[in-house]
Amino acid sequence: MRKVFKYLAPYWWQIILVIIFTYANVWGSLQLPTLMSNIVNKGILNNDQAYIISTGLRMLLVAAVAATAAIVTGFLASRIATGFARKLRLATFEKIESFSLNEINKFSTASLITRSTNDIQQIQQVAFMVLRIAVQAPLMAIGAVFSALRTAPNMAWIMALAAGVLLILVTSIFCLVIPKFKIQQKLIDQLNLVARENLTGLRVIRAFNNEAIEERKFNKVNRSISKLGVWVNRVISLMQPGMTLIISFTMLGIIWIGAHLVVDGNLEVGSMMAFMQYALQVITSFLMLIMIMVMLPRAQVSINRVNEILDTEVSIKEPAHPEAIDPDQRGIVEFRHVTFTYPGAESPVLNDINFIAKPGEVTAFIGSTGSGKSTLVNLIPRLYDVTSGQVLISGRDVRKLSHRDIVNALGFVPQKGILFSGTVESNIKYASSKISDQAMHDAAATAQADFIKDLEGGYHAHIAQGGSNVSGGQKQRLSIARALAKDPDILVFDDSFSALDYKTDAALRKELAEKEKDKTILIVAQRISTIRHANQIIVLDDGAVVGVGTHEQLLNSCDVYREIASSQFSEEEMKKELKEAKNAK
Amino acid sequence: MPNKNEKAAKAAPAGGHGPAVTRPIEKAKDFGGTMRKLIATLKEFYLQIIAIVVFVIASVVLSIISPKLLGNITNQITDDYMAMKVWDGIHEQLPDGVSLPDGTTVSDLVEMATKSGQVSQFTEANQQLDSLTDSQRDKLMNLDLAKRPSINFDVIAKIALWLIAIYVMSALFNYIESWIVTNITQRVAYRFRRDISQKINRMPLRYFDSHPFGDVLSRITNDVDMVSQNLSQVISQVVYCVATIIGILAMMISISLTMTAIVLVTIPLSAIAISQIVKHSQKYFKQQQDVLGRLNGHIEEVYAGHSIVKIFGSERKVTDRFARYNNGLYQSAWKSQFISGLIFPTMHFIGNLGYVATTVLGGSLVLKGYIQVGDVQAFIQYIQQFNQPVMQIANISSVIQSTVAAAERVFEFLEQPDEEITWEGEGEILDNVTGQVTFDHIKFGYDEDRTIIHDFSANVQPGQKIAIVGPTGAGKTTMINLLMRFYDPDSGSIKLDGIDTTKVSRHNVRKNFGMVLQDTWLFSGTVKENLLYGKPDASESELRAAVKAARADHVIQALPQGYNTMLDENANNVSAGEKQLLTIARAMLANAPILILDEATSNVDTRTETLIQDAMDKLMEGRTSFIIAHRLSTIRNADLILVLNHGDIIESGNHKSLMKQNGFYANLYNSQFAQ
Repeated sequence: MRKVFKYLAPYWWQIILVIIFTYANVWGSLQLPTLMSNIVNKGILNNDQAYIISTGLRMLLVAAVAATAAIVTGFLASRIATGFARKLRLATFEKIESFSLNEINKFSTASLITRSTNDIQQIQQVAFMVLRIAVQAPLMAIGAVFSALRTAPNMAWIMALAAGVLLILVTSIFCLVIPKFKIQQKLIDQLNLVARENLTGLRVIRAFNNEAIEERKFNKVNRSISKLGVWVNRVISLMQPGMTLIISFTMLGIIWIGAHLVVDGNLEVGSMMAFMQYALQVITSFLMLIMIMVMLPRAQVSINRVNEILDTEVSIKEPAHPEAIDPDQRGIVEFRHVTFTYPGAESPVLNDINFIAKPGEVTAFIGSTGSGKSTLVNLIPRLYDVTSGQVLISGRDVRKLSHRDIVNALGFVPQKGILFSGTVESNIKYASSKISDQAMHDAAATAQADFIKDLEGGYHAHIAQGGSNVSGGQKQRLSIARALAKDPDILVFDDSFSALDYKTDAALRKELAEKEKDKTILIVAQRISTIRHANQIIVLDDGAVVGVGTHEQLLNSCDVYREIASSQFSEEEMKKELKEAKNAK
Repeated sequence: MPNKNEKAAKAAPAGGHGPAVTRPIEKAKDFGGTMRKLIATLKEFYLQIIAIVVFVIASVVLSIISPKLLGNITNQITDDYMAMKVWDGIHEQLPDGVSLPDGTTVSDLVEMATKSGQVSQFTEANQQLDSLTDSQRDKLMNLDLAKRPSINFDVIAKIALWLIAIYVMSALFNYIESWIVTNITQRVAYRFRRDISQKINRMPLRYFDSHPFGDVLSRITNDVDMVSQNLSQVISQVVYCVATIIGILAMMISISLTMTAIVLVTIPLSAIAISQIVKHSQKYFKQQQDVLGRLNGHIEEVYAGHSIVKIFGSERKVTDRFARYNNGLYQSAWKSQFISGLIFPTMHFIGNLGYVATTVLGGSLVLKGYIQVGDVQAFIQYIQQFNQPVMQIANISSVIQSTVAAAERVFEFLEQPDEEITWEGEGEILDNVTGQVTFDHIKFGYDEDRTIIHDFSANVQPGQKIAIVGPTGAGKTTMINLLMRFYDPDSGSIKLDGIDTTKVSRHNVRKNFGMVLQDTWLFSGTVKENLLYGKPDASESELRAAVKAARADHVIQALPQGYNTMLDENANNVSAGEKQLLTIARAMLANAPILILDEATSNVDTRTETLIQDAMDKLMEGRTSFIIAHRLSTIRNADLILVLNHGDIIESGNHKSLMKQNGFYANLYNSQFAQ
C-alpha cells in the first residue's frame, strides 16, 4: 500500500487545492436553496420585487463561482490522477526491467502485463473518482446536513431515516447479487472455453462428425448464463424503483411533518422547501459514497497487485565492485561443480556440472526434454544464478562481473525466436546502433537470412510486435543474425536450429564453422545431425552429465547418446553410424 | 425527484471517463440495413415491446403528475399559512376585550371598520391584505375570524394519499417494465449465441483459416452482450425520454408559458456547449487510445522478450521508449479526462441559470398573482427532471450507434455462406470402404488466382502408405484438407472406392477417416470422455483394447486418476507426447478404414517418441494411410511419397525412384545427414 501511495505524495499541495475548490463548489450548491428560500420567505411573502431580483443576481454569482470551482477541481483532479499513474507506471516498468527470470516466472509474463496496463489504468480511474466524488460527497453531505439542521432541526430525523432505509436497500441488493456476479464470470469463462475448444478443434470435431455434441455442450452453458442473467437483472432492477420510492416518500414526509411545524409556528414555508432540496443533496451524496465503497475494494485489488511488484526483492543484483575480465582467459566459459535448483522446486535441475568451453571450439549439449540443457545455458548470461558452484566467463565468476561485461562478451540465441517491433535492421542491430551495415549484411548472410531481400523494403521491412508477421523459421534466422552482428567472443545457441529445415540447418552450420571459427560456440540441440561435428558433446540426462566426447566416442561409450541416435536414424543408418564410429576408434 | 438516474449511470461506462458521448464512437458500415435486421429480430417480441411502451408511459405520466400534486400541497399550506398570519395580525390590532361574533368574515370586519371610522387601527392589517394576490384576498375576505384558522390537513391528507398511490404504482410499473426488458434481453442474447455456435459448425473451414479465433470469440461474448444490453436500454430509454420530455413540457406550460419559454432557451445553449466539448474531447480520447495501444504493445513485447532485453543489455533503451509513450499517454489522458469532465459543471451551470431565472420570474409572477408558490416549487422540480432525459437523448444516439455496429458484426458472421452442399438428397452412401483412393486430375488453390496443385493424379491401393514431405510451410496440410473435404478441389475429383467424394455427404466421407494431428486437440473433460469422442458407444473392453494397441495403457495408468483424470483447459497436466498417444488411442478406437497421420516433431522426448512411433505403426496396420512426415528416415518404405514445396506437388514416387531422380527430395534427404 505505502509503496504505491509514495507516488501520490508529491501532489499533496494540489490535493489540498482540490479540497479547497471542492469546498467552494459545495458551498455554492448549498447556497442556492437557501437563497431560493429567501426569495419565497422574504421576497414573495413580503411582496418585495427588488429583493427578489437582487437575490436572483446573487444566485447567479454563486452559481458561476460553483461552476468555476468545479472546473478547477476537474482540471486538478485529472492532472493529479494521470500524473500519479504516469509515475507509478514508469516505476513499475523500471522495477520489472530489473527483475531476473526468477521474479518473472514467479509472476508470469501475462500477469505482469495486466498489472502494468489494466491495473494501473484502474488505479488511475479510481484516483480520479476519489478526487472528484469521494472529496465532494462527504463535504456535500456534511454541508447539507448542517444547512438542513439550521433551517429545520426538528426534521433531521427524516433524513437519517431515509439514508438508513436506502442503505438497507442497497446493501441487501448487493449481498444478493455480488456472489452471483462471481458465478456469472465463471460461466462466461466456461462459455469462452467451450467456444474456443470448438474453434481450435474444428478439424477434429468435423473428422469425428461430432458437431452436434459440441453444440449441446455450448448450449448447456448458454442456458445457464441466460438463466442466471435473468435472475441477476431482476434483482438489480429492484434498485431503481426502490430508490425512487424512498426519495419520493421522504419528500412527502417532509411536507407532511413540515406542515405541522408551520402550523405551530416553528417553521416557515420557504425553509420547508429549502429543506427538501437539502434532503435531496444528502441522499445523492450518500448514494455517491455507497458507489465509492463498492469501487474501492476493486481498486484495492489492483493496488495490491501493483504493490506486489514494487515490493519484490530482485534476486540477481549487479556486484557493487565488479571485477574486470582476465584478458588471458578471454572467451573461455567454464562450469565448476554447478548445481541449480529452481526456487521452490525440491530437486535440482542441474547437478554438479563441470566443463570448459574454449574459443575456436564447438561445445554441444544434447539430452531429452527436461534434461536441463536450456537451464544450463541460461546460467551463462545470469538469467539465473547457480545454487552452488561457479559459472565463469573469461576467467571470472559471472556474479563478480558487471552486467555490461557479460552482455558484451555474449551472443545469445534463445529457443524461441523473439523479435521486437521495428524493422529488420533495428532487430539485427539490436545490440547497438553502432553496428555497421556491412556487419549487419554479413550476419544476415551467415544466418541464412536471404529471405530479407524478398521482403518489401528489404532491411527496412516492417517487423510487427513480437515478429508476428514473419514465419517461425525466419524469426529464428533473424535472431541468429542479431547475435552474430554484435561480434561477441562467445556464441550460445539454445536449441535455435529446430525451427529450421534440415537444409538451412546444414548450410547455417557450415557458414558458422567458417566465419566464426575463433569464437567459443555453445549449441543446445535436439537433432544429432546438428551437433555431430562438435569438438565436444556433453550428454545430459536428468540434470547430470552422462557422457562427454565426440560423436564417435559417444556412440561407442554412451548409452543415452546411442538411444537418442537410434530414435533419429533408421536401422540401416544406425548400423552404418555405429560401424563408422568403431572404425574411428 | 431524480428519476431514472440509475439507468443513466448504467449507460455511461463505469470508470469515470465521463459520459459516453465524449468517447469516439464506432460506426456501422450499413446502418440502415443492420437496423432493419435488428428490428426483424425483435419482431416476435412485439407484444412485450408494446407492454414496455405502455408501462413506461404510465410510469412517466405518474411521475410527472406527482410534483404538481406535491405543489398543490405546498399551495394549500401557503394559503392556510397566510390566513393564519392575517388572523394573527387582525387579532393583535383588536382592542382588548373586543371579541368578534361567530361568522364574522374579514370583509365584514373591513365594512365595520369603515363604518365606525376606525380604519386607522387596521392600517397594518390592510397593508398585509394589499400585498396579497386577488384570489388569495378573495379567500381571505371570506375567512371566518371567530376562530384561528389552521392548515387544512384533511385536504393535504387526501392529496398525500393520492401521491402515495401514484408513487407505488409508478415504482411497480417501472419494475414490471424492467422485468419484461430482462426477459427480452436474455432471450435475444441466448439466441444470438446459440445461432453463432451452430453457425460455426456449418461454415467452411476457409473462413476460420483466414479469420483469427479471437475475432469469432469476441462476437460471441462482447458483441452479443453489447447488442442485448443496449437494446433493452434503447427501447425503454427512448420511450422514457420522449414521454418525459413531452409530459414535462406540457406540465410546465400548464404552470406558466413564460417560465417554460425561459427553460427552452437554455436547451440550445447546453446543446452547443456539449457539442463543443465533445468535439474537443473526442480528439484526445482517440489520441489516448492510440498511445495506450502503443504503450501496451511495447509492454507486451518487452516483457515477453525479457531475457533478450537482459542478455543484450537494452534495459535503458526500452525504458526510454516506455517513458516516451508514458508521457504521451499522460498528455492525452489528462486532457481528455479534463475536457470531458467539463460537461457536468457546464450542464450544471446552465441548469442553474434556468433555476435562478425560474425562481426570480416565478417570484414576480406569484406577486402579480398569476401563479402560486407551490407552482414555483413544482416548476423547479420539473426543471430538475427535464435535464435528465435531454442528456440521455444525447447519450442514446451513441449507444444506438455502437449497438448497431456490434449487431452488424454478429449478423455479418451469421450471414456467411454455409458449406456448399454438393450432393443430392442423402448423397451416395460409402459403407465398408476398402480404402482405395483415387486422385483424378486435381486442381486446387486457396485463392482463386493462386493455384497450388495444378494437375495431380494418383491411385492408392487399399493398405498402402503414402507419405507427404516437404520443408516447413510447404502446404502439407493441403492434402488433409482435400481428403477430409475441409476444402473441395477447384476441378478434378477424389474418389473413395471409385465414388466421387463430392457426391457423398461430408459426414459420410469423414466417417471413413481416422485422423491424428501433430497439433493434438483434447477437450476439457476426463481422459475417458476424450477417448470415446470418436465412438461414444464403445464398450469398456473395446476401449481397453484400443488403448493397449495404442501403447497408451501405461501412460493412462500413471495419471493421478487413471481414466477419470480431468484434462484441463490446455491439458497442461499431460505432456505433449502423452497427448499424442491419447489421440492415437482415440483414432484407434474410432477404427476408420483410412488414416491421416501427422508426425510429431520436436518437444517430445526420445522415449515417448519411440512409443508414439510404435503406436502409429500399429494403427496403420491394414489401413490406407496418409502420413505427413518430418523425419525422412521413417518414411522410406512408403508406397508413394509426395514432395511438396511452396504448396505445389513437385515430385512424386517411392524413395528409390525419387533418389534416382536426384531432385528436391534427394537433396532434402541428403541434407539431413550433411556436414
